[in-house]
Amino acid sequence: MNAFLKDIHLLKIENLTKNFGNYRALNNLSIQVPKGSIYGLLGPNGAGKTTLIRMVNQILLPDSGTIYLDNEPLAPEHISMIGYLPEERGLYKSMKVGEQALYLARLKGLTKAEATERLNYWFEKFEITDWWDKKIQELSKGMAQKIQFIVTVLHQPKLLIFDEPFSGFDPVNAKLIGKEIIALRDQGTTIIFSTHRMESVEEMCDYVALIHKSEKVLEGPLKKIQLDYKTNLFEVGIQCLDKEKVQKEISSEFLISEANFASLNDSLRLNVSLPPEMDQHTFFNRLTSFGPLTHFTEKIPTMNEIFLEAVSKRNDKISA
Amino acid sequence: MEKLKLIIYREFIGKVRNKSFIILTFLSPVLMIGMGLLIFYLTKVNNNSAKEIAYVNESSLNFEEVFVTTKNTKYIDVTQLGVAFSKEEIDKGHYYGLVTIPSEANGLKELASSVAFYSKEAPSILFLEHLEKLVANKLKAYKLKELGISQKNINAANFAVNIKQSNSSGEKSSKLGNGLKIGLGMGSGYLLMMFIIIYGNSVMRNVIEEKTSRIIEIIISSVKPFQLMLGKIIGNACAGLLQFFVWIVLLLILGTVVSLFVGVEFGDLQNTPSKELMQESGFKAEELTNLLAEILALPLLKMFVLFIFYFIGGFFLYSSIYAAIGAAVDSETDTQQFMMPVIMPLMLAVYIGFASVLSDPNGPVATIFSIIPFTSSIVMLMRIPFGVPWWELLLSLLLLTLSFVGMVWVAAKIYRVGILMYGKKPTYKDLYKWLKY
Repeated sequence: MNAFLKDIHLLKIENLTKNFGNYRALNNLSIQVPKGSIYGLLGPNGAGKTTLIRMVNQILLPDSGTIYLDNEPLAPEHISMIGYLPEERGLYKSMKVGEQALYLARLKGLTKAEATERLNYWFEKFEITDWWDKKIQELSKGMAQKIQFIVTVLHQPKLLIFDEPFSGFDPVNAKLIGKEIIALRDQGTTIIFSTHRMESVEEMCDYVALIHKSEKVLEGPLKKIQLDYKTNLFEVGIQCLDKEKVQKEISSEFLISEANFASLNDSLRLNVSLPPEMDQHTFFNRLTSFGPLTHFTEKIPTMNEIFLEAVSKRNDKISA
Repeated sequence: MEKLKLIIYREFIGKVRNKSFIILTFLSPVLMIGMGLLIFYLTKVNNNSAKEIAYVNESSLNFEEVFVTTKNTKYIDVTQLGVAFSKEEIDKGHYYGLVTIPSEANGLKELASSVAFYSKEAPSILFLEHLEKLVANKLKAYKLKELGISQKNINAANFAVNIKQSNSSGEKSSKLGNGLKIGLGMGSGYLLMMFIIIYGNSVMRNVIEEKTSRIIEIIISSVKPFQLMLGKIIGNACAGLLQFFVWIVLLLILGTVVSLFVGVEFGDLQNTPSKELMQESGFKAEELTNLLAEILALPLLKMFVLFIFYFIGGFFLYSSIYAAIGAAVDSETDTQQFMMPVIMPLMLAVYIGFASVLSDPNGPVATIFSIIPFTSSIVMLMRIPFGVPWWELLLSLLLLTLSFVGMVWVAAKIYRVGILMYGKKPTYKDLYKWLKY
């Protein structure tokens, strides 16, 4: 391992395996999370994401393999370096908000004074200072979510882990929290998102790993993966009078498929594949000859599409 | 350690701030003393309405000297009126009841068996026994006099016997002391069972609350599940001990206050029939001092200290099971299937304790069950007032400690897995599997 790589990864997971009885939840999984990035851990339900996260949080112990945090094998003292917002989250219903936040912060190793000071900062930031003496059962779900978020980030962890971060959040809260997460990333915090709703986080992620049936399918910078999986498909909108005729003309020259993008005017909408031998410029000029273009965008594969593609490729490889 | 302290503190404060805890802690001693006072008061009220008892004496014996009017009972000689007329008087409600004493012409035995009592309402057994005793005493005195033995000689031949018993370890006791020991032993054993059930349940409900409110995963990302479970158990144990201390202190204070009041009233007691009964059954005033001496002779401090030891041991053993059950299920209704194995040994301990301590506190049954960890805390507590050899105490405490450490370990494994399991109601087989995760 060279010195450069040593520095850029906050979390390194090597050959992690975990069994529950006869069920293998994770199989020889390795991932590397770069410092200061937002890292998406994506995969369907039951893929093993939560098991992985629980092992990083030392809630579960791996059967084999090693987890390194900041180049040290994971140890109990690392707990205070990690902030974790689980998928199944809640708070003590009958405890007061402030009391509870203090308790949770102190469990993370903050002193009472530190915790109070930081709580005041966040409560003011979210404009919720008057909640301090309320009980959780008096708060709405959205309000409780804000408290949960504060409690997760309060001890200024180096690594933040959000399991299904936006499930159950209303759009306003989701946006607020999203903004805060990006701000934390910009301050140098490393963030892991784990979700099965891939579309919910793909805009925010710098890196992703796809997990399927206990194994890693794909890992890397999001942009690079999207580039690798691009299909040279373009969304094209053309203004014309006889749509059927034009569509026929285009289909004689290019491979087309049905499009599902929205447009304001009533134009012909198609997905057109760029032929391998043609360059993009010629392609564009050729298309304009059919009529004025109202829409021309390269279709970026969604994480869902990439996932399905990667899984089917992998299956082909296994069966081959 | 710092985290464990935080958890213990939160659990303890959460428990003692609870309204029901405060009410139970401060009200139950007041209620207990209050109930005692109420019963005392009611019996007094009951006795205060003096009963008028008429009697027809057809014999030549003089019953005036036994039928002495007291504060509660007034005896009226209605021999002149005759039985039939007197019965009509009773029916009209003029007297409470009528005692008829037939002639002794057929011998004293015949007389004794044909004394009758007539009243509108059936009298209490106690009252009838009292009457029987009065008549019997009179007949006895008459017969003895006939035989030429004076009352003075009879008195000289009456002895109050109180057997003082002692064992090889030098502990002395008497029948009276024995009663006290049985009472104290049973009381503390039963109290311990109640404590284990109440506080064990509280631990369990606490775990279920953390599970259902979904805070559990947030907590165990900061502390080890084992720490959380231990903190819970210790926090609840502290609350339990606090309650126990408060009870003892309150009972002592209230007891002193009440005994001062009752002490003043004690003089009045002298005349009540129950007092007379007490005196006749050999309960003399000086025995009250005996009672006090007997209480002080009990190993009270030892019992107190051992109660705390056995409470902690027994509570840890059982509450770790309660915690594991709480972790395994999603709601309190699902706990039923797992409760049987917890309640059974507790009940068994109490029944064995009651039965064996009454008959043979140092017999083999009592000894064995006071050493088996699941029953030892309760059975041993019941035995302690009677004196238990040191080696038995040590063995029982050692085994209890070993098994609670083992049980906490097993429970922690189930707990660790269970708190993250939702939805499925686990079977015993599942629990066994979790041990190996």
